[in-house]
Amino acid sequence: MTHTLVPETSTAGRFGPYGGRYVPETLIAALDDLASLYDSMRGDTGFWDEYHQLLRDFVGRPSPLSEAPRLSALVGVRVLLKREDLNHTGAHKINNTIGQALLARRMGKRRIIAETGAGQHGVATATICARFGLECVVYMGALDVERQALNVYRMQLLGATVVPVESGTRTLKDATNEALRDWVTNVATTHYIIGSVVGPDPYPRMVRDFQSVIGQEARTQVLERVGSLPETVVACVGGGSNAIGIFAAFLPDASVGLVGVEAAGEGIGTSRHSATLTAGRPGVLHGSLSYLLQDGDGQVAPAHSVSAGLDYPGVGPEHSWLRDRGRVEYHAVDDHEALEAFRRFSELEGIIPALETAHAIAWIIKSKGRWSVDAAPVLLCVSGRGDKDVAHVASLLGPST
Amino acid sequence: MPFLTAGFPTIRESKDALQVAAETSDILEVGVPFSDPLADGPTIQRSTYRALENGMTVAGTLELIGSANLNRPVVLFSYLNPVLQYGVDRLLRDAADVGVAGLLLTDLPAGADVALEEIVHCSPLDLIRMVAPTSRKARIAQAVDRAQGFVYLVARLGVTGVSAELATDLGPSIERVRVATSLPIAVGFGISTPTQAIAVARLADGVVVGSALVEVLGRHGVAAAGRFLGGLRAALDSA
Repeated sequence: MTHTLVPETSTAGRFGPYGGRYVPETLIAALDDLASLYDSMRGDTGFWDEYHQLLRDFVGRPSPLSEAPRLSALVGVRVLLKREDLNHTGAHKINNTIGQALLARRMGKRRIIAETGAGQHGVATATICARFGLECVVYMGALDVERQALNVYRMQLLGATVVPVESGTRTLKDATNEALRDWVTNVATTHYIIGSVVGPDPYPRMVRDFQSVIGQEARTQVLERVGSLPETVVACVGGGSNAIGIFAAFLPDASVGLVGVEAAGEGIGTSRHSATLTAGRPGVLHGSLSYLLQDGDGQVAPAHSVSAGLDYPGVGPEHSWLRDRGRVEYHAVDDHEALEAFRRFSELEGIIPALETAHAIAWIIKSKGRWSVDAAPVLLCVSGRGDKDVAHVASLLGPST
Repeated sequence: MPFLTAGFPTIRESKDALQVAAETSDILEVGVPFSDPLADGPTIQRSTYRALENGMTVAGTLELIGSANLNRPVVLFSYLNPVLQYGVDRLLRDAADVGVAGLLLTDLPAGADVALEEIVHCSPLDLIRMVAPTSRKARIAQAVDRAQGFVYLVARLGVTGVSAELATDLGPSIERVRVATSLPIAVGFGISTPTQAIAVARLADGVVVGSALVEVLGRHGVAAAGRFLGGLRAALDSA
């Protein structure tokens, strides 16, 4: 397929007031180089041909559009599933790592670093580094290393070095700090593959473009299957890359409602959640201005979610702008509801979803009655599969009886 | 030019350390602790976490500086977010009230937020700018264009912390900044010994010592930190 990039929604690296480049001076030259290379690649058909060839032959794209008959019956509207869980490595993350690894190769950088929370982005990065013969170092919060032992071993099998990060809250936010520190030190030889639509410009727009393949495929598939656009598109939001990826193709379609679902953890009223757009306020973290969970003194608040992939106190700057403009509705679903949806969806559809995706599913189940029976379908981004979460969920819910 | 983290190792000792440091230094740099110090190495990271546990805040930092009566110019080092949440105008006013002379925002490189940079530039505080080893000629020109007080040259790639050796290209790096500005040049990152300080002082106008000082303060206390700085001062004066 030919890649039609969405019209650029940012101006000078900003989405409205959000985004920007709030980084130490040492990184400015590398970001300038990356932005100028990426700007030239945007119009380079050879680059996108290579990207799409890898997506087809290595990842298995296009990912299917599945019916969800029993979930549809439950909620009273036809639900269609965009199956990113069927990608090689089991999630949407690989779409981005392939694009960025191609850029790193063009820059002649042979060393790749990445941060990871649940380990999906780390695995996707280690995978493409193995394929391209690049050195790969993945920073992972020490707490996540304990929680996600399986993905740690997968990364090691793929030849990556996993560095546990002991500082701060020992989770994704601290892994990102440590990756940035590595990048400041080794910037001449190293490319940093950020895993979501966060970080300094050009990352939020670059990662969006690499993930926008999700929405482009899905929009075409829905039109072919149904003959009309979906009523609502739903995706989970941590940093927000699968959500931006599927939303991007539908942003110009005013009739299509877009819904992002955040993690309410133990509840928005508690201090233990990750609902940045629901309960945060604008601030600067990891190189961009965006909504942020923080205290009154500007210290970043620890996030919490049962899903390690949503356990992040920030969010991509384009989401902040979409929120302020009212183009996307953001809701939050708590740990309990997500776990229930995880179980329910597995039983109803024969698909074990990632815990991240389970948040979006839970919102659809909760929203029964929102759609009329003759409404156009609801399109759900199944951002990843839940194999990685099975042991964790078993420990929380107990074995099935 | 010593750097100290406000509120480390305790709020009380932090004040004592600032006063002791003032005796042997020309300019004091005081760091506002931040939960995510991504430009800092392990020593400063630990000091900021400890300071936050001690309850240090932006307001507390200013109060500490004011109550210490330092009689030396103070440059406030901060990441941007605590300043944004405190309020930029309010910070500039309150900092000037306690005698702060300059503001360095680690994650606000030149051009990142021009309006905000102009507000600092036009305030009573100096807008202190950083230049890195990776900054190219045009970029150095942009960085020093609205700079005030002095220019802070990052001595090497990486985060703050002690290095065994100085960067070999420090001389040419300083020269590239020198041709772009008439402001004094201070060099920091990785300077910890009298020998290193003397070598840097031959080339630059100011020498910043942070992690090594914070390490001594944390391990051995205020008196030891004073002796450490006294040793550096003596070395610089005799060189």
